[in-house]
Amino acid sequence: MASKRQVSLAEGFKYRGGAPMLVWALHRISGIGMALFVGMHIVASFSSQLFKLDIAKSLNAIYMSPSFQIIVFFCVLFHAINGLRITILDLWPKLIEHQREAIWVEWAVFLPVYGLAVFVIIQSALGG
Amino acid sequence: MDHSKPKSLPLTRRGLNFEMLMWIFTRLSALAMYALVLFAIIGALIMGARNEMNLADLMRWGFMPNVTHVQNTNVPDVAPWETPFWKLTASALLMVALAHGIHGLVVISDDYIVSPRGRQIVRILSILSLLTMTGIGLYVIWTSL
Repeated sequence: MASKRQVSLAEGFKYRGGAPMLVWALHRISGIGMALFVGMHIVASFSSQLFKLDIAKSLNAIYMSPSFQIIVFFCVLFHAINGLRITILDLWPKLIEHQREAIWVEWAVFLPVYGLAVFVIIQSALGG
Repeated sequence: MDHSKPKSLPLTRRGLNFEMLMWIFTRLSALAMYALVLFAIIGALIMGARNEMNLADLMRWGFMPNVTHVQNTNVPDVAPWETPFWKLTASALLMVALAHGIHGLVVISDDYIVSPRGRQIVRILSILSLLTMTGIGLYVIWTSL
């Protein structure tokens, strides 16, 4: 028989997992976010291409909005960089000794790239 | 600490089951998606997507090199994207990403759905959704002008 969850959600939030738990949770949330977006995106483009609906145009307006881009790009970039960290650590198991440093390197890569992207998104939204 | 014995089983005794294959597939497909996205962005730059690019355009070129996906961006001519070469690239990215993503959703659901019956239902649904999404995704790519 499979295991049963032993702690409540409130206790789960109090658990001090630190940086590894944070990236684990963000990896999961960003993965679900991308799955929802890509799933809806494929179904919408399928229905608009097959039935010649105008739904694609109105959905485009949502995709192109700055707030949507900021969220989607967070999901994509975080999932990609954290996934690369997991892949490197898993394919070269000796590096697992440095797993905490790897998370710091990950943030050092993610934050400047994401910050620059958010800056570009807001700049072009303000008509720059 | 005892260092005389290796901590992991030898390869012959570890067994090669479906979960092991999907574990390595998840890692390798991540690397494959990195390669395909970089390939699509470099291809877009070669095909003339250079002027006044913004991040939304970059994401449109990178994440699906398909005509309907790039026609809203600032490119002079979408004709190069109509070739079977780019349709095959887009199909590869679609299928790798769908398999990676749907397997990821199964892994997540296993943390919350613990009964054998529930897990079986999740697996059946995941296979059905993988086949459906691959089918309609390939339809979108190959019927776009």
